[in-house]
Amino acid sequence: MTADRYYDVIVIGGGPAGLAAAVSACDNGAESVLVIERDREVGGILNQCIHNGFGLHYFKEELTGPEYAARFAKMVAEKENAEVLCNTMVLSVTPDRRVVCISKELGYRVYEAGAIILCMGCRERTRGAIAIPGDRPAGVLTAGTAQRYVNIEGYMPGKRVVILGSGDIGLIMARRLTLEGAKVLACVELCPYSNGLTRNIVQCLNDFDIPLYLSHTVTNIIGKDRVEKIQISRVDGYTPIPGSEFEIECDTLLLSVGLIPENELTKGAGIEIDRRTNGAFVHENMETSVPGIFACGNVAHVHDLVDYVTAESLRAGASAAKFAAGVRCGGRSVSVRNGNGVNYTLPQFIRPENIDKSVEIFFRTNKVRGKSVIRVTSGGTVIAQFKRERMAPGEMEKITIPKPLFAKVNDELVVEVCDDPV
Amino acid sequence: MKEVICICCPKGCHLNVDDENGYAVTGNGCARGVEYGKKELIAPTRVITSTVRINGAAYVRCPVKTSAPVPKGMISEIMKKLDDVLLTAPVSVGDVALANVCGLGIDILVTRNL
Repeated sequence: MTADRYYDVIVIGGGPAGLAAAVSACDNGAESVLVIERDREVGGILNQCIHNGFGLHYFKEELTGPEYAARFAKMVAEKENAEVLCNTMVLSVTPDRRVVCISKELGYRVYEAGAIILCMGCRERTRGAIAIPGDRPAGVLTAGTAQRYVNIEGYMPGKRVVILGSGDIGLIMARRLTLEGAKVLACVELCPYSNGLTRNIVQCLNDFDIPLYLSHTVTNIIGKDRVEKIQISRVDGYTPIPGSEFEIECDTLLLSVGLIPENELTKGAGIEIDRRTNGAFVHENMETSVPGIFACGNVAHVHDLVDYVTAESLRAGASAAKFAAGVRCGGRSVSVRNGNGVNYTLPQFIRPENIDKSVEIFFRTNKVRGKSVIRVTSGGTVIAQFKRERMAPGEMEKITIPKPLFAKVNDELVVEVCDDPV
Repeated sequence: MKEVICICCPKGCHLNVDDENGYAVTGNGCARGVEYGKKELIAPTRVITSTVRINGAAYVRCPVKTSAPVPKGMISEIMKKLDDVLLTAPVSVGDVALANVCGLGIDILVTRNL
């Protein structure tokens, strides 16, 4: 396979992760950077997230999704050594860092890279993924699809809407559809707690008196051509309770039931996937199990805030530029494991030698908690402790471990959460 | 004493607002919580984001926002005003799509380059 061209860094995906990674790669010495985007323009899903609340951390002001995207698109456009290739689909990535892509304009192309950054983002879980029983009429769609219809294509998916799942996109769409004249009848959540940010419960549901049914799920969809009604049941854990059913007449069911990192290219490159995150295993510098291939943003693990995607991607971009310049990361590798009360950690591996001053570990807890202690241990020794007033699975946690503490760490680090005894 | 969840940032602080004693706020993580807690009980406001029609662009809708938070009670009236707005491409982030909406001294601003 002969390469058509060499780039120091190739970024796959031009969403928030890809744009930040490209900016950072340029800023950290990469002489040529290529961003490959399958859509007609960069910005990714931010372009349809027209609500505000983005950028409070990174820009210190409240922006809408398209505004946040436009700022990063401009930064990339202003980099003389960065190129953006839109309308281009990446077909495969190889472990020896070749990228095969195809576009109407250029046809089939093979590019070689000093380093590759995977920024493909994630996709929504569908009706098939959660196996809702019932008829198969029109009117059942994911919240993100509805968001695209309303905000970009300019048409309404329905008039009487029920939303299954209380993820942020579902909550945002409850408000959006209400503002556009639809009646949102209910938001139904399987868990006993909401999976979205608390502020979205307030400003998207409470503001419009939309009822939230916790510990409930959709157990039947009824309708011949179009959704006519849905059946909702209370659940005990994950099991519907017989006799608790009730029906709501509606024409649309939106699903906001989770996101899955989109890792077909990652798997094709032989990169190891962590089944807890559904993303690649990554090291402290966002490098995957294949040297020189990095991953960041929602393709690595699903984030709540784009600002965190940006921060992570800036690190990945800097690491990729270093790799392309020939700097290799060595030293011993500490594996980070999730202990009690923790669903996953990221990174999954830390090489203490490569830490600058400190390393950030991201994770999610497994249930809603009050006063809690986050404990980081190694071989039974407590390395660090952090206190929290409250914790929830819907809110990603971040802890910072200073480099000197790694002197006490053996080959494994465990992150666990327990109730604060005080 | 009223409990209010702050929506200023994703942290979502649980504020306690003493509505009988000058709206004193506790439980806030930063100064914005003090202002929000008081305002939420006296005169709640929200930034509205929506879309308006656009001609000559790659898409038929252009996203917009209010230049400042507007009174909650005015939301549906402002949404109605947006129905009549028709932009023509090209537009840039920050362009005024509709000036002084409902006489509030607040503009409707474009949020995407189209």
